[in-house]
Amino acid sequence: MSGWLSALTTALDPLCGPVGIFSLFGQNSLVACGDAGWGDEIAFGVKVTITLALATLPVGLLLGFLIALAAQSQDKLLRTAVGIYTTIFRGLPELLTLFIVYYGAQLGIQSILSTVGYDGGIEINAFLAGLVALAVVFSSYASEVLLSAFRAIPRGQYEAGDALGLSRTRTMTLIILPQLVRIALPGLTNLWLILLKDTSYVSVIGLADIVRQTGVAARVTKEAFFFYGIACLLYLVLAMISSFGLGFVERWAKRSETVR
Amino acid sequence: MSAVQDLIPPRPAPAGAERRHPASRALGIGILALWLLLAAALVLMMIEGWDYAKFQRYAPRYLDGLWTTLSIVGLSIVFGALLSLPIAFARMSSNRLLNTIAYSYVYVFRSTPLLAQLFLIYYGLGSFRPQLETVGLWWFFREAWYCGLFSLTLNTAAYQAEILRGAIESVPRGQREGAAALGISKAVTFRKIVLPQALIVALRPYGNEIILMIKGSAVVAIVTVYDLMGQTRRAFSQTYDYQTYLWAAILYLLIVETLRQVWSLLEARLTRHLNR
Repeated sequence: MSGWLSALTTALDPLCGPVGIFSLFGQNSLVACGDAGWGDEIAFGVKVTITLALATLPVGLLLGFLIALAAQSQDKLLRTAVGIYTTIFRGLPELLTLFIVYYGAQLGIQSILSTVGYDGGIEINAFLAGLVALAVVFSSYASEVLLSAFRAIPRGQYEAGDALGLSRTRTMTLIILPQLVRIALPGLTNLWLILLKDTSYVSVIGLADIVRQTGVAARVTKEAFFFYGIACLLYLVLAMISSFGLGFVERWAKRSETVR
Repeated sequence: MSAVQDLIPPRPAPAGAERRHPASRALGIGILALWLLLAAALVLMMIEGWDYAKFQRYAPRYLDGLWTTLSIVGLSIVFGALLSLPIAFARMSSNRLLNTIAYSYVYVFRSTPLLAQLFLIYYGLGSFRPQLETVGLWWFFREAWYCGLFSLTLNTAAYQAEILRGAIESVPRGQREGAAALGISKAVTFRKIVLPQALIVALRPYGNEIILMIKGSAVVAIVTVYDLMGQTRRAFSQTYDYQTYLWAAILYLLIVETLRQVWSLLEARLTRHLNR
């Protein structure tokens, strides 16, 4: 099953597959696939970037949703508590958040292990650290988007849910969430594009994403302009594909609205 | 004749069902306690790890880095604002070619990461050393600081052009038509009527852009500019002290929060004629 799946992804690989751009046009050049060129390394970087962004998205969305819920609670203490969270993580540079998570987790786990009696070095998974840092930043921005979407939904919608005898959770999932998605989608689209760009920071802590892989290629071949140009181009293409796909999602979400 | 003999006397409204959420209160207290614990740990860590020699050694460096960050952001915002003017006008012009060029510029710079742009300029253009030397621009692209400034400027110009365009287009058509009816020239109309109204709309996005630039400027540390982030990284690599990052976090938060407060005061002041 998994062999079949991996064969399919190899066949459909847009960069280094049988009909990939690098394999068709990059033969005998710097971006050839295989040992001759850097095509397959860069393709791997693209895969890492996309995986990281896609893995961060659900975590960040869920966290952001919970924070938005807390931020509109009637309890003042809870509002203050999540207010501190969003203030901190919207104020810190993403790069600094990444370092704080990366080195903080490393030192924290090391100190915990040393109390247990283990004194070896510890290397935190860069992917995981990147995921946590990006999710934290994403969630604090997403909570603002979702909060303003929550405020755009009239109270009467909740009251109607109560009047129909729906429980709080069912009101949320059946009445509020569908409208929330529609209102928040433009803001979340923006955040997704920002997230896609922010994944480039993980190259600094050594994760083999697009920037890292093209950087290695640039250093080895001394063709920095060419390879970093490719990196920019790849991000551009990813952004275009995303906005194209999200356009479909937006039309799908708005399909119930009357055409005016 | 009515079957009702006496009316029900008026009654007070039912007491509103008091919604108390013990769970959310407990959660709030829990999270706040967590924050307090973290803050206490932070303070404790700083007191315990206090080292006057280190402070003496690194405090001036941090201030120097802070100054570098502020100056690079300030300069790039100003240069970006200048560069954004022609882009915004090209974007609004009816000339297809100008419009396409400006749109592509904005699209490219907004949808690629700042880090990749910076590398493209610093390492990429740096590899054309002989050509740059013949043109006499090598002194510029040799310095990481200039390259950082250049890429931040190009990046923010794209964002500022969009802010400016949106703000100018938000001014109603009738304002221009009214000015034309009064016989005011186009240039004066723009300067005295359109721009003041547009800048009020643009005020908040500009503030957000400055904050984004302060946060984004941290990437120049990676190409060896010793801004606040760069000094922090250097201090960490020399001391392996986690506090270095916490100090940087405090400084960045301080800048951003100060800017936010100042900006909201500014906005309240400048829009006071709109309050009713």
